[in-house]
This record gives sequence, structure tokens and C-alpha cells, in this order.
Amino acid sequence: MSSVDLSALQRPNDRLRRRRVVNRSMELLAWLTAAIAVAFLGVIVWSVARRGAGAVDLDLFTKPQVPYAPAGVEQGLANAFAGSLVIVGIAAAMALPFGILVAIYVNEFAPRAIRSGVSLVLDVLNGIPAIVVGFFVYGLIVVGHGQSGLAASFALAVLMLPLVARSTIEVLALVPASLREASLGLGVPRWRTTLAIVLPQTVGGIVTGTTLAVARIAGETAPLLVTSSLVTNGTSWNPLHALQTVPVAIFELTESYEPADHARAWAAALVLLLFVLFTSFAARWAATRSRRKLARTGR
Amino acid sequence: MPSTIEAAVRVQTKRQPLPPRERLEQIFDVRGLTATYGSKPALKDVSMEVYKNLVTAIIGPSGCGKSTYIRCLNRMNDLVPGFRQEGTIRYHGQDIAAKDVDPVAVRRTIGMVFQRPNPFPKSIYDNVAWGLKVLGMKDDLDDRVERALTQAALWDEVKDRLKASGLSLSGGQQQRLCIARAIAVQPDVILMDEPASALDPIATQAIEQLMHELKSEYSFVIVTHNMQQAARVADMTAFFSISRGGEGERWGELIEYDSTERIFTAPSDQRTEDYVTGRFG
Repeated sequence: MSSVDLSALQRPNDRLRRRRVVNRSMELLAWLTAAIAVAFLGVIVWSVARRGAGAVDLDLFTKPQVPYAPAGVEQGLANAFAGSLVIVGIAAAMALPFGILVAIYVNEFAPRAIRSGVSLVLDVLNGIPAIVVGFFVYGLIVVGHGQSGLAASFALAVLMLPLVARSTIEVLALVPASLREASLGLGVPRWRTTLAIVLPQTVGGIVTGTTLAVARIAGETAPLLVTSSLVTNGTSWNPLHALQTVPVAIFELTESYEPADHARAWAAALVLLLFVLFTSFAARWAATRSRRKLARTGR
Repeated sequence: MPSTIEAAVRVQTKRQPLPPRERLEQIFDVRGLTATYGSKPALKDVSMEVYKNLVTAIIGPSGCGKSTYIRCLNRMNDLVPGFRQEGTIRYHGQDIAAKDVDPVAVRRTIGMVFQRPNPFPKSIYDNVAWGLKVLGMKDDLDDRVERALTQAALWDEVKDRLKASGLSLSGGQQQRLCIARAIAVQPDVILMDEPASALDPIATQAIEQLMHELKSEYSFVIVTHNMQQAARVADMTAFFSISRGGEGERWGELIEYDSTERIFTAPSDQRTEDYVTGRFG
């Protein structure tokens, strides 16, 4: 014990000092990059809020746009909000059941080779640029039938499908195999096991995935430009007509020469941003909750 | 309340002497069962019969294919990707390993209790009642649930909180709940894959006791790591072991199958003797 030379530990050592300096500076660098990433969100939210907050009023949500309005006419973006609601709602209604069924097939029934094949296809689908999807729907539906909210919903549903399917596959994979075995071991058919035992465990996860997907496509602009951008007078809820949407309205208003239009663009951007923030936080919350629930059953 | 040791002795002495094997009624007649996962052999050429209203134990070291074997008996391995099997498994004369047999129907009459308690994330009542409802045994639901829980020696502990979650029970209670769930649907055979390996001695004893009381109605096949457990509960015992071939190949094999008495006191194979006396494994 006493033969160990402890003084060596305290002797000044150039290499040690250099190592300390490098360590400190790398730590600082990592901290800075993280801070910058957070700051980006902060700056975006702040600047949008500063410029848009003033124009967020009741008129924004209750009065529609008036094309070529003379100055002084009161207008809002009610038509854009209505259009976005309808289009995103229908898109979710299309993508949600489809995506869940894809996920159930892939995780519960498909042989291993098909499983990885479909997963790859979903990833590729996820990577397709939104404008390409928009253009595809343009060729498929808009040419011949004209622009419509439905065409836009279809385009957004194509973008949503891989997001919903991937996130559902992930939560299905978290359901412990022992739970499936418990049901199958009783002589319960597989479809019934999936429906009554496996799926209820994944509701939280599916809600999370869907919410994130909705947040993502609500701000999608490119496919809407070619599928639903012709503005009509007044607020319409009819998806068979072309509907104005929030992102397209922002895009158009920023190109205007009227300062009042710019103000409304900022206001719409703020509303959209708050919607995305809110849904993302809600999704996070649902995800934590469902994971805790799964952890309890998994053990 | 008798101590655990007394109870174990009592359990042991309760075993009736077995009639000669040819007088026993067969439920399973397994011939030449070979099972592989992908390219890895798990079991080779197992042939053994299982008798009605007895507890049959499968013992052997880890990796000897015990679990694979009993999961073949109710087609549970069908769910494992890459699993293949050869040979016949006659259940009351009918080959249930055949391709045209519906595995769901097989599992309906041959129930299973797993190594880790896996109650459904439902209430205690629904854990038992759900299977009954799904399988169309909806008449007298309350009675059936009570009877199953009573048979599984759990009724007294849970009768006042049937609406509580099955997951709120202790490990031993959860496993008895799983047994209640399995017997509620009135199977013919109950397979148990190391049912007590995750439980403490008291819970283990409760489950062994329960097998004793229920074997007049059901037949049990139990995989166990624990030789004392086999000695306590089983009428017949099969010893599986690992055999090795060239190139590092290894697979499970049935070494010896006889009355528990003989397996533990006068085994005919040296490997069995080494295992039960603790020289190996």
C-alpha cells in the first residue's frame, strides 16, 4: 500500500493539462450547437409572434378573403382555415385506417422477407418530395376533374401514409409477444387476438403517430399549389371544390404589395406554428403515457 | 397452516402407485418428432407417449429442447418464423402436426401456461371471462369464472376485487390467474412451460398443489428446470439432453422416459443418473 507513489498523481503534467483544455472546449462546442438548435426554434417563434400577433383577431377566423378587394375592406382568412381543416381532416381519414392496416399486416402477419420489403418501400415513400406527390395527383385527378379539396386530401394522404404506418409498426413491435401467446394459447384466432388484445395496447402510440403526421402535413404547401389553389369567393367547406388553405394563403399573401396582406400572412403563419407546436406537445404527452402503460404490461 | 416442507412431503406421499403403462390411456403419441429453427436443429427424433390424467414432467438442461417439445404439442411453434417440424403427434389418434389441422382448434383443447405470468391488461374477472366470451361459452359466465378461480386456488384472495386489474396481483397470483384463465375454457390438456420458474417457493407450492388437485380432470405436461419439482408433482418423467454432432452441431434428444419413481431412483441411462444426481447440468 505505502509503496505506491501518490505524488505522481499530482505532478504537473503537460499532456494532462492539454487534455483538460481540449475536453472543456469540445464540451463547450457541443453545448453551443445544442443551444443554437434550440435558439432557432425560439427565434422563429419569437419573430413570427412579434409580427403576426397584432393581426390575430376574430376577423381573421370569421371573415373570408376578398379577391382584388379595394383598400379598407375587412377581410380575414376564414376560407383558408376552413379549407385546411377539411383537406387535412379528409387526408387523415384516408391515411389513418390505411396506414394502420398496413402496419398490422407488416408486423402481425407478413413473413419476414415481406416485412423488410414493405418497410423499405415506406421509407422510400416517405422520402418522395412533396411536390412530386402533388404533381402525381395533378396528373391522376386534377387533369380531367379540375382542382378540388379531395385531390389535395389525396396528395396529403399519400404523404401521411408512411408516417402513420411506420409509427404504428413501431408501437406494435413494442407489444410483448407473451401477450399474443396468452391469447393464442387459449385457442383464440389470430385476427381476434390482434383486434382485442394487441391493438388496444397501441392506441396511444397510434394517436401519437397520427398527431405528428397531421402536424407535418398541415403545413405542406407544394402539393396544394397544384391540386387546390384556385380561390373562390366566400368560405366553402365543400371538398369537391378547390379550397384555399393556410399554407397556400401564406404563400400568396407574401407575394402581395399590400402591407395589410403581409400582416395577415404573419398572423396565419403564427396560427399554423402554434397548431404544430401544440399538436407536437400533445403527441409527446400521449407517447409518454402509452409507453408507461406498455411498460407496465410488458415487464 | 402446514409448513412448506410438510406440505411437500404430503404432496409427495399422495402419489398413487402407477398402473402398468399398457393399462393407461394415451392422449399423445409422438413419433419421430424432429424440430428445427431455420437451419438449427432443436430436437431430433423424439418418440414418447403422454397419458391421461397424469402429470408428465419434462426435465433436462437448458437448450435441450424441452420448451420446443411442449410447444409442438399445441402448435405454438407455428408462430415462430423459420420453424419446421417432422414426425407425427397423434392426439387421441389424430395427427395434429398435419398441415390441414387448424392450430386454433388444437390450442382450444390443449391449453398452455407460460413461463412468465402473462395476464391480459384487463380486470381479474375479464382475464378469465374474455376467453370464455370469445370462445362462445357465455352461459353462466359468473359461475364459470368463479369455478375457474376457485380451482386455481385464487378465488378467496380476489373475490372482493374482481374489477381490479390482473396486473395488480403479485407474481404468484398472476400465474394462478393464468391457470384459471386456461382451465376456464375447459381444455383437455394443460401444457405448462416452467410455470414456477419466476415464482417464490410459496407460490410454487400453491401451483404444484393445484396440479395435484386438478389432474383428475385434466392432463398436465410440465416443463421444469427444477428436479425437485418434477419429483414432487410428476407421475411420469422424461429426461431430455443435448447431443453434439460434428462441426459444433447440437440438438435436443429424449434420453429416457419412465415413471418418476424409476427416473429418480433407478434410471437406466448413465446420462439420466448423472443429471438427477446433480453430477451434470
